[in-house]
Amino acid sequence: MASETRANLKPLSLHVPEPKFRPGDEVDFADVEVPPAGAARRPDTADRADSFTELAYTLVRVLDDDGKAVGPWDPKLSPEVLRRMLRAMALTRAYDERMFRAQRQGKTSFYMKCTGEEAVAVAAAFALDRDDMCFPSYRQQGLLIARDWDLVDMMNQVYSNKGDRLEGKQLPIMYSTKEGSFFSISGNLATQYPQAVGWAMASASKGDTRIAATWCGEGSTAEGDFHSACTFASVYRAPVILNVVNNQWAISSFSGFAGAEATTFAARAIGYGIAGLRVDGNDALAVYAATQWAAERARTNQGATLIEHFTYRAEGHSTSDDPSQYRSAQEYGAWPLGDPIVRLKQHLIGLREWDEERQAAMDKELAEKVRAAQKEAEKNGILGHGLHQPLDTLFEGVYEEMPWHLREQQRQMLAEEQASGRPWARK
Amino acid sequence: MGTQMTELDTDQERVAPTPEREGDTVRMNMIQAINSAMDVMMARDPDVIVMGEDVGFFGGVFRATAGLQKKYGKTRVFDTPITETGIIGVAIGMGAYGLRPVPEIQFADYIYPGLDQLVSEAARLRYRSAGEFTAPLTVRSPFGGGIFGGQTHSQSPEGIFTHVSGLKTVVPATPYDAKGLLIAAIEDNDPVIFFEPKRIYNGPFDGHWDKPAKNWSGHPGGEVPTGYYRIPLGKANIVRAGEALTILAYGTMVHVCRAVVEEAGVDAEIIDLRTLLPLDIDTIEESVRKTGRCMIVHEATKTSGFGAELSALVQERCFYSLEAPIERVTGFDTPYPHSLEWAYFPGPVRIGEAIKKIMKDA
Repeated sequence: MASETRANLKPLSLHVPEPKFRPGDEVDFADVEVPPAGAARRPDTADRADSFTELAYTLVRVLDDDGKAVGPWDPKLSPEVLRRMLRAMALTRAYDERMFRAQRQGKTSFYMKCTGEEAVAVAAAFALDRDDMCFPSYRQQGLLIARDWDLVDMMNQVYSNKGDRLEGKQLPIMYSTKEGSFFSISGNLATQYPQAVGWAMASASKGDTRIAATWCGEGSTAEGDFHSACTFASVYRAPVILNVVNNQWAISSFSGFAGAEATTFAARAIGYGIAGLRVDGNDALAVYAATQWAAERARTNQGATLIEHFTYRAEGHSTSDDPSQYRSAQEYGAWPLGDPIVRLKQHLIGLREWDEERQAAMDKELAEKVRAAQKEAEKNGILGHGLHQPLDTLFEGVYEEMPWHLREQQRQMLAEEQASGRPWARK
Repeated sequence: MGTQMTELDTDQERVAPTPEREGDTVRMNMIQAINSAMDVMMARDPDVIVMGEDVGFFGGVFRATAGLQKKYGKTRVFDTPITETGIIGVAIGMGAYGLRPVPEIQFADYIYPGLDQLVSEAARLRYRSAGEFTAPLTVRSPFGGGIFGGQTHSQSPEGIFTHVSGLKTVVPATPYDAKGLLIAAIEDNDPVIFFEPKRIYNGPFDGHWDKPAKNWSGHPGGEVPTGYYRIPLGKANIVRAGEALTILAYGTMVHVCRAVVEEAGVDAEIIDLRTLLPLDIDTIEESVRKTGRCMIVHEATKTSGFGAELSALVQERCFYSLEAPIERVTGFDTPYPHSLEWAYFPGPVRIGEAIKKIMKDA
């Protein structure tokens, strides 16, 4: 029990954040401030980080409500690049749909979609060089897709099948490919942040020209790793881009539990003395422009940039989540920043470089492409149906060389399997 | 107390030896030997880098990195912010790039903020990426007590790390071993936790804290080659051959056990494990089968300590050779105390009593 309150003092009260809308609530996002596109200034990439701190509190936006690209951040991409970006975003969505369904059909244990957040990863991948090293969280499959990574290879990983480059050792969607400059995804949150900074520091110390980029959700900015990474990035002026994907929800915890009621996530940069930008994450051109700007700073030894991508997680956290239990189903429909694919499409149509017919044809073609890839991947097996990796591989890769105690356990397991008479143990 | 505190006294002259010709041997204390290992490896491999709190210009609070920044420059030897999470996480990223980082955690007691990066990241990276990414780091950290360091400068957390698949854990007991093992650890492509028993940085310790401290000059383990050599990880060292009893120890306790055994006149075989994981089980088994008795001594707390693992292994493998129950002599399951340090420490009295007990029916 609390001690007896003193009569002359008002009792304290504890603030526990509460999201605006819960299941069944009417949604009105009128209080989400959306500054007009083109309003934010674009500092020179050589400017000091403390000379444009207002960019951490606004939203860098390029596409206006009519889909026109306006203002100093317009990256002025060719229609060809815009179409490729649109295609990669649409392919990401098609891939997600297919793999989500595969999980529901019992073909794998787990899946995570990035619906509504496609621009965050895809546009960044377009602005980065192919060999810049990405340290993603689990919702940046768009990076691989934008880098034209083989869908069958990704699906093999999701199915943990014979073709899985990770040999069935990692949870679905925790991709990893050195060749794709895509670091092994961890399920533990924000651990990739200091790792990305370390990679960038190594690149700088070796006189390399490659930079690193990393992503985490707004929820995991609360992790110590995030703050350790920001400190290191600031201290050594590491050539790294620190992306915070503010999709409003960390499973069922709204962004208020990471501090969003008090300030923006981009504003975290200010305390560390690194460049901070807050960007309309559903505006592919804004994401591209911000990433390109941050990459330019990194490549010219101006150090790190923290970019908050303001977006919305349109679907559940994962296949194990049911968002209808904790948030209003109206939220995504009412989201003031719209759908990133629709917005880029409208832009291209406005430029007379695209039309609804071509969009429909592309969607159909991509659905077909994903279906074909799935068929191909499933030839290598699906999770839980048969043995896709030799049993003894369970013990491989713990260490470079297997120590005696693992060898002993390996022998034990093989003997058990033999004794069990299970079909896969038979020769 | 004054003599004990010198271990923390950074003003003491502990200058790194200047390597002479390859193959020359000089007298070194353990700090100098560790410094020499990093020096040798930095000269051999441009990807080896040293980082940590106070390790740069100052050369570390124990002087283990003295002179390295001057010799190899600030991009290869640098101070870090005070965040063990950051130090380990950044080192993992550097390892993924292709460097071979040797981060220092100033005291093992400070390693816990970096635990997630070690357990969930460094230790698991090879496995989860099917070998595409690795974390070839060697995390050096002074550990153990006996220096009046209180509960935040005295702990022995090795059991936390031996429990983690994917990590290797090494504890040297002499300057010679420290250098050879550290070189092997740095060359190893897996993450290695390298715990340095700081009580014996300056000299072997017989457990009699009230007697004047010895230095390494009279000990054969203080003769250290100036050049490159390695002691393979996973090879124990029989520091005293004997027939009556097997004693398994590592770090400071190797020397304490040796002194107690000599004083008690027991023909014990003392095995310095040197590497806890991978463990040299063959040497242990062979010895226990011969002696029929096994005593395990470590400074760490008892419950779920590494001694429990050793005890289980010996029981599983040597049960029919055992003539007495296995004895564990350890620190107590309390925080490391300050004023009552020598009541906590598994010193000559506790070890002596255990020897009497295990030898009772001999």
